[in-house]
Amino acid sequence: MHGSPYLFIAPFFVLFALFGFFPLLYTAWVSLRSWDLTGDAGFVGLANYSRLLSDPDFWNAMLNTVGLFVLSTVPQLFFALVIAGLLNRPIRALMLFRLGVLAPIVTSVAAVAIVFGQLYSRDAGLVNGVLGLFDVGPIDWQASKGSSWIAVASMVNWRWTGYNALIYLAAIQAIPKDLYEAAQLDGAGAIKQFRAITVPLIRPALIFTVVMSTIGGMQLFTEPLLFGQGDISGGSLRQFQTVAMYMFEQSFQNFDYGYGSAIAWMIFLLTVVAGIANALIARRLRGGTQ
Amino acid sequence: MRRGNSLVYLTLLVSLVLSVFPLYWLFVVATRSNDVIGQMPPPLVPGGNLAENVRRLFGAEQANFALGLINSMIASIAVTVSVVFFSSLAGFAFAKLRFRGRNALLLTVLATMMVPVQMGIVPLYMVMVKLGWQNQLQAVIVPFLVSAFGVFLMRQYAERAVPDELIEAARLDGCSTFGLFVRVVSPALRPGAAVLGLFTFMSTWNEFLWPLAILEADNPTVQFSLSQLATQYYTDYTLMFSGTLIATVPLLVVFILFGRQIVSGIMDGAVRS
Repeated sequence: MHGSPYLFIAPFFVLFALFGFFPLLYTAWVSLRSWDLTGDAGFVGLANYSRLLSDPDFWNAMLNTVGLFVLSTVPQLFFALVIAGLLNRPIRALMLFRLGVLAPIVTSVAAVAIVFGQLYSRDAGLVNGVLGLFDVGPIDWQASKGSSWIAVASMVNWRWTGYNALIYLAAIQAIPKDLYEAAQLDGAGAIKQFRAITVPLIRPALIFTVVMSTIGGMQLFTEPLLFGQGDISGGSLRQFQTVAMYMFEQSFQNFDYGYGSAIAWMIFLLTVVAGIANALIARRLRGGTQ
Repeated sequence: MRRGNSLVYLTLLVSLVLSVFPLYWLFVVATRSNDVIGQMPPPLVPGGNLAENVRRLFGAEQANFALGLINSMIASIAVTVSVVFFSSLAGFAFAKLRFRGRNALLLTVLATMMVPVQMGIVPLYMVMVKLGWQNQLQAVIVPFLVSAFGVFLMRQYAERAVPDELIEAARLDGCSTFGLFVRVVSPALRPGAAVLGLFTFMSTWNEFLWPLAILEADNPTVQFSLSQLATQYYTDYTLMFSGTLIATVPLLVVFILFGRQIVSGIMDGAVRS
């Protein structure tokens, strides 16, 4: 009888230790060794990490990752908040709108990348087709950092905005109605109410979505990969290669396991730092709006 | 007031169109032939070429699309059943049973949720090589048989859905803990388990990075097949799009059947987190 609670949780911990926790620790171990296709050549200390710090391709991938993260997170969360605010009003066909904005989440990342890759194609894409009506372009979306970032970020924005809107909507609906009634009596308009009551009170949901977007953003891989027709270097000048792609390139294309593992740990570190920084910024949001 | 209201509907309608248009475009292109793609004005209604595109899709040698579909179906079902079962067991234990170290262990689960598992793919790859599981379907199943997120979700659900009195009553009737789980707890957990199952199925079906690392093109998952289409046949839009359409259909069916549960699942999770 006393042993049995542990039997209930044991399967999770055993399997997680084997395939989740162990690989993570082992990544740290491998990152301290010189290890490639020819085998493990022994302990090299922090050599992989110091090589990383002076590797321009790594810093380029870092820049791309952060740039893509900003371009995909800021508009995504802003529009999610707006949509949530609108969905909270008494409107008809509420379920239709909710399901509609959520539809992108059921499509796989690969599907999104393929469809958007076509939409942004230079010669046959709908985006350039429409821009052409205004005598703009045609733009070669893959060619530069700016344009490729916009294209890739739009895939992320499209896929996640509705999901985040529903999370905000749930948080908004948990706010007591009398707060709004009191604000109305004080003569506060809809936008003022939204900024002074809604945003501060859904702070936990804001922090949650920011942290989730950070984790996703630092690992961005599939969208830029398929945007470039499977080119792991992210374009001829690496203009949209993310750190996750760079890790994959080093580990599974160059078979430099030691170096790839060091990149993996840098991504982990970056995620933790960015997650904490963003949570702190979201926390300060309250001070800014009151 | 009236004008404010129509602005609300207009904004929502624009969001709705933006959300749904790429999916509609996917369908339109998949039913067309390659020569109309890129025309201005674009083809906005479906054509009659779907059957021909699908025939070419299953004939595309480098994509192995049929095998990809079967593999993904097997992997997604296996992972879903396992995650739901083990998460329910552990979630129930964390919510309703008292044992030493419970809080510390629960904290460990929460911490592991924050760790991106993908970061371990290099050593995971090495483990698979040691096991001889390269290019084997079990390589994309076994590492995902449990999920920290699942345990957390089911714990939150069990906390509310299983009344303590029910457990006490079953105990007094001489029920063992496992008997209690089977007869009393699992029926109460079913709605939560359904939401977890849907999410797990979708995320396994959509998994991309790990299959790409461990599998080869001759034994792909469906997303791997799609990436083959996107890299080997990238000028053949109707082929790519018909593959993408078929790969998306199972998820759309799930979404249409269980959309409301998914919506409430996301919204419940948000309130609790």
